[in-house]
Parts: sequence; structure tokens; C-alpha cells
Amino acid sequence: MAKILKQNHYLDYNASAPLRPSVVKAMNNAMSLVGNPSSVHKHGREIRKSLSAARTVISNAVGAGSSKVVFTSGGTESNNLALHGCKTSTTLVSDIEHDSVMVAAKNAIRIPVNSRGIIDLVKLEAILSQQATPALVSVMLANNETGVIQPLREVSSIAHKYHSVVHCDGVQALGKLELNMDLLNVDLLSLSPHKAGGPKGIGALIISDGLDLEPQLVGGGQEFSLRAGTENFVSVTGFAAACAEVRNNSQEMERILNMRHQLENKLKQAVPNVQIHGSQSPRLINTTCVRMQGLAAETQVIAMDLAGVSVSAGSACSSGKVATSHVLKAMGLSSKVANQTIRMSIGWATTKADIEHAARTWIALQEKAQPTEFLQEQPAE
Amino acid sequence: MTTYSITGAATPLNFPIYLDNQSTTATDPQVLEQMLPFFIAKPGNPHSDGHKFGKEAMDAVEVARNQVANIIGADPREIIFTSGATESNNLALKGLADFYGSKRNQIITTQTEHKCVLETCKRLEASGYEILFLPVQKSGLLATETLDSAISDDTLVVSVMAAHNEIGVVQKLDQIGALCKKWGAFFHTDAAQAVGKIPLDVKAMNIDLMSISGHKIYGPKGIGALYIRRRPRVRIKPQIDGGGQERGMRSGTLSTPLCVGLGEACGLALEALQSEPARLLALRNRLCRGIMSAIPDTLVHGDLQLRLPGNLNISFPGINSDQIMSATPDIAFSSGSACTSNSIEPSYVIESLGCTEQEARGAIRFGLGRFTTVDEIDYSIDRITNIVSSLRAE
Repeated sequence: MAKILKQNHYLDYNASAPLRPSVVKAMNNAMSLVGNPSSVHKHGREIRKSLSAARTVISNAVGAGSSKVVFTSGGTESNNLALHGCKTSTTLVSDIEHDSVMVAAKNAIRIPVNSRGIIDLVKLEAILSQQATPALVSVMLANNETGVIQPLREVSSIAHKYHSVVHCDGVQALGKLELNMDLLNVDLLSLSPHKAGGPKGIGALIISDGLDLEPQLVGGGQEFSLRAGTENFVSVTGFAAACAEVRNNSQEMERILNMRHQLENKLKQAVPNVQIHGSQSPRLINTTCVRMQGLAAETQVIAMDLAGVSVSAGSACSSGKVATSHVLKAMGLSSKVANQTIRMSIGWATTKADIEHAARTWIALQEKAQPTEFLQEQPAE
Repeated sequence: MTTYSITGAATPLNFPIYLDNQSTTATDPQVLEQMLPFFIAKPGNPHSDGHKFGKEAMDAVEVARNQVANIIGADPREIIFTSGATESNNLALKGLADFYGSKRNQIITTQTEHKCVLETCKRLEASGYEILFLPVQKSGLLATETLDSAISDDTLVVSVMAAHNEIGVVQKLDQIGALCKKWGAFFHTDAAQAVGKIPLDVKAMNIDLMSISGHKIYGPKGIGALYIRRRPRVRIKPQIDGGGQERGMRSGTLSTPLCVGLGEACGLALEALQSEPARLLALRNRLCRGIMSAIPDTLVHGDLQLRLPGNLNISFPGINSDQIMSATPDIAFSSGSACTSNSIEPSYVIESLGCTEQEARGAIRFGLGRFTTVDEIDYSIDRITNIVSSLRAE
């Protein structure tokens, strides 16, 4: 893999990260087991045992204490299960949530964010105090586009004052900060390992003890009757291996943070007033959401791809569509600025060479974009 | 393509012998081989089509979609990837009900469907739909007359399992499809156990929606598909919202290796359809005859003609399945279906065939598969018949 990443510089970890070798190894071992975890016989029992061991590893890695780890097919399903499964009559979501929360909670009351990308806690409390019944509050821990980290402990303590339930989409946060569900005091936590070097197609919703949730996929009664379907134990094993590795990864996090500093320093040297969105706020160690003046994001992505650098404009799910980022708009940025913004995100396998090549490419591109007027203004909305 | 010999080389047996292929199958090494590069060397998010990694992942997903479509005679644009057949069944039925609303208020299914169809129907019943849980015959087959007298112009969808997970019975899909067409009802079939084991053609059988599973056909767990007919168009309301993947019908990042695994499993199964059913049938007949000749009062559950070639479901009067299972740790088989086998209730399926509770408690299921050898069958005949004889002598 190192070879491939040398030729192609992958800076799109927030879309999906390459599998860690320890994950590959764990999954390889798991693949040699045959059987259905619900079966009574020896094959089934062995798999059931490894499922429950994986549950413990994941629970420990995120400080989930006595909460239940319910496996799902990924972060999107986890978010849907939390939002559809909670029987509160009102839902509040922040303006910068992932699409899987936004669409699942279409009629939710929106909580605005400030220009630094941080949720407005005063507004949150004002809305909650007007509710006749307890609500569900869904706020992500770290934003997928800007990396801005939300004050979840404060969100929880306000919400719990009004007996509301707190759901937190922790998908982008896993492996990139110290994640402790008990400290955050959230009631529901969505996780997915594929942004942290684990496999795609698996996720979890962690449900605090005693919280009543209505299942969305019904059937054979697997996963404490909260999510039917044969468990994908190979992926579960990979999920656990990724969690085990990111649990004590302060060295890796420091290394990534240093590389992100280098990247942003290089961009700042070339363009002293370069706009890096969310950089005034607590931010994930690996994310740079940067505007290049005068060049459409789509064009930047294509040009960088041709130069062997993989980055993205906005989030991956919607990257097929050309829509202005709702996250950047919520921070008060104009469509013009938003549409000239790309995201570079790095991770465990990123090298200095990746950083240097990406920075060089970006700088060369912006030099070309500036003086020669090959400006591509986005049409007004 | 690996060839599988019925005579089998005299290789030593691996214990426990795996005869539980209706519960889940081992991933075929050839499937795994296709999946592996997408775990490591090709890590892209298939929805990040702005760069090389994303594009190569999406290309692979589309090849897989073609392979899945191919094995059931569908168009690739009619295939949606899901996390498995449970999700596909939930999505098909809830999706139709939510989209078409109260235009038609009745849903027809059978008493012997998989739990995930039954539970979904109960959920819809609670929200106001009339659900008819039709009985099946002693053979496990749904009588066409039973459906004919139940179906009406108020029927939204008829959901009948293509091949049964416990008793292996294969329903007369073309007849059910024709009746649905006549009444303008949608026809959904849970084909998790049927795909790749029997020929399926969604057009000839007039199937509007079909649920497909990876891990029942030597593919990986955690992946499935739903076929949704395009012409005439069948509409569903998505059940998982988000980034709008899978043409808006199922959000969530696709797992490239899992999609590739399901595609390859379908590709291999399509090839295997030439010879594998005959091989499995010979093994099944050998197992059945071997047991019957030693224990003549063995009861066979479900039709023996219209049946998956690899399935045998039997009971021995007076003996509970857990007695046999605990005496044979060297053979992996099951009582009832895997999802419910943690509970010790008798199989509702066997009871629906008109058997007594005692007979249902005795039912054991053998699922023969691609890697089952004749030596394993002979060993199993010996062990089972000896155990039954000694249990009866007690």
C-alpha cells in the first residue's frame, strides 16, 4: 500500500481511511471462522464469543461504560436508528449535521452555529425551555467538512436539564480525539470505523442503559432485539481492531497534527491571508477546509486528482452532486466562498511526502488561478 | 472455477463437520480473493468520484451490481445494495407501504415466512394495514387456491419466500407472480436462500421486488441487495435517509469489498448452477436414504420434490432436537433457523405444517453446501443413526 500511496497522495481520510494493517490481520483471522453468531453449535458459539469480545473492546475504547453497543451497517444507519427510534415528539439538530441526520430529521428544529462553526448554546437552551415535552437533541461531535469540535458536554448538561435525550454523531471523531461517552454524558452515540482505518459496511449505535429505543430493522431479534439481521462479524472484528489501535494513539495523533501544521503553514506562506474555515475553533487534528480564491472547488478537485492528489469538495456522499455546502453556509460564508472551498484530510498512513506534494500542487494551482484570470465563478444561486 | 468431485478424495475430515449452510455459508476463497484488494490497495470511498480512488471503487461496485442483476435476469439499475436480506425485506415492505400509503390496504404473506418479514408485517399491522398470514399446506407449499381466494384489488403486495430457510421448500413463484399481476398487486419474494441455488428470472416470474443475501451464497455477511423493478416502475420510500446513495433509495457509504464479494458470489453461483444442484441433490438423497434405512419412522418435513437440493429437515419421534445436538458436537447442524436458535421455542414453521409441538421440538435441519463432501455425509449418517438408536434404547 505504501507504494500506491506514494504514487497517489490520498488526502481524503474524512471520506474514508485506508485499513490499518492490524485491522486487516484481525479480519483475515476472522474470515477463517465459519458460522452464524446466532447458531447453537460450536461454530456459532465461537463467533458469538468473538462478537461479544469485540463489543467490549469498542465499548472500552469510547468509555461507554454500561451502555449497549448495537451493531449496524454504518454511521448512516446508526443516525437513522437514533433519530427514528427515539419516541420524543420534538427533535433539535444543529445546522451543520451530516446529511444522514438532516434528512432523517427533516422536521427538526434547527440550532444555529456561529461563524467559527460552533453551536449556539444560548439558542439551544432557549428552544428547549419552550418545549412542553422532553426533546431529542442531536449534535455531532466533530464536523466532517471543517473538523470543528462541538461542546458536547455543555450540550448534554443543558439538554438533560430539560429531561431531553442527547444523540451524538461521533463518526468523524473516532480515532481523532479522546472520545469518552461517559464524560460527554450523551445518551446515544453513533460510530463508524471506516473513517478511522476500520472497514466500511459496519457501525454501531451505543445506547445508554435504560434508554427505550424502537428498533427500525425488525426480524430475528439479534442485537438485543434492537437491530435484526445476521451480524457481520468479520467487519465487527475489524471495527474492534481499529478501536483497539486508536485507543492509545496519542503518538499517532501528535504526528498527524504536526503534518497538518506543516500543510497549513505551507499554504499560509504562499497565501498569507488564506481562509481556513474553522481554524479559530477546537478542530480535529487531521482536517483542513481551505478556500482557494478564484477557482471553483470542482475544478480544484479535478486538477489535484490529475496531479495525483485525492481531496474532496465537501462531504463524500454528496460529492456527486454540485450543491453548496450547508455547513459553510451555516457559518455565514457566501456561496461564492463555499464553492471555492475544498477539504484535505489526512490520517495514519499519511507521509511527509504526501503533505509536500499536496501543498506544492495546491500552491501551483492557486498561482495559476490568480493572475491569469482563469477564474471560474460559480453561477449565482 | 473449482470443480467439486462427488466421490471426493480420501482426505481426513475436519471437525466439527459443517452442515448448517442455510444458517450461513463459508466465504468462497475465490470471493475473498476478489474482495481483498478493496480492503487494502484500493481504499477509496465509492461516492468520492472526484478522484482516482473513489472512481476505481465505484467502478468495482458497478461491476458487482451487474453480477447481481445477471443472476436473477434483472437490469443493474434495478439493484440496490443493502446491509443484508433482513434490511432488504424491511425496506421492500415498509418502503412500499410508506410510498403507496392507503391506496391499497392489505398485505398478504404466509405463516412460514422468515421472522424479519413476519415482524415487519406486524409492524405494518399496528400502523393500520390488514395483514393476511396465509397457511401453507403440509408440504410447506402455498396452495395457489389459497392465495387466489385471499388476493383482491385491495392487496398492495404479496410477500412469499422463494426457498424456505428451515424446510427448503421452493414455492411456485411463477404462479404467485401471475396471480399478483392479475390483481395489480406487487410481488415481493425473500430469495435469500434461493439465489444461486435454483434458477430465478424476475421477468418470467413477474417478480417486482426480491431480497438477496451475501452470506447465504458463499459471499460475505453484512451485504445484501434489493431488486426493485423499473418497468413498470415500482416505487418505495427509503427507510435510511442521508447522503442519497443508491439513487436515493438507501443512504450510507457502500462497502466496496462487501459489494464486490456479493457480486463475485453471484458470479460463481451462476456458474455453479450448471452442476452443483445435481451434486448436492445426490448428497442429500444419500443422507436422507442413509438415515431412513436405519430409522424407518423418521419424519421428513416439507416437500421433497420442490426443495432446495442441499436442505433436509427431519425429526425422530420421541426425541428432542437438543438431545441429538448435544450428543453430536462433532457435527454442526441446527434446530429451526439460526436467528431464533438461541431461544428454545419449537419451530413455528414446523408447527405451521400441521405437526404437533412434540414433532416441532424434534426437528433438525441439515444444510449441505458447496464444500460438503460425501465422506462428511457418510460420517454424519453413521453418527446420527447411532445416537438416535442409543437415545431410544435409554
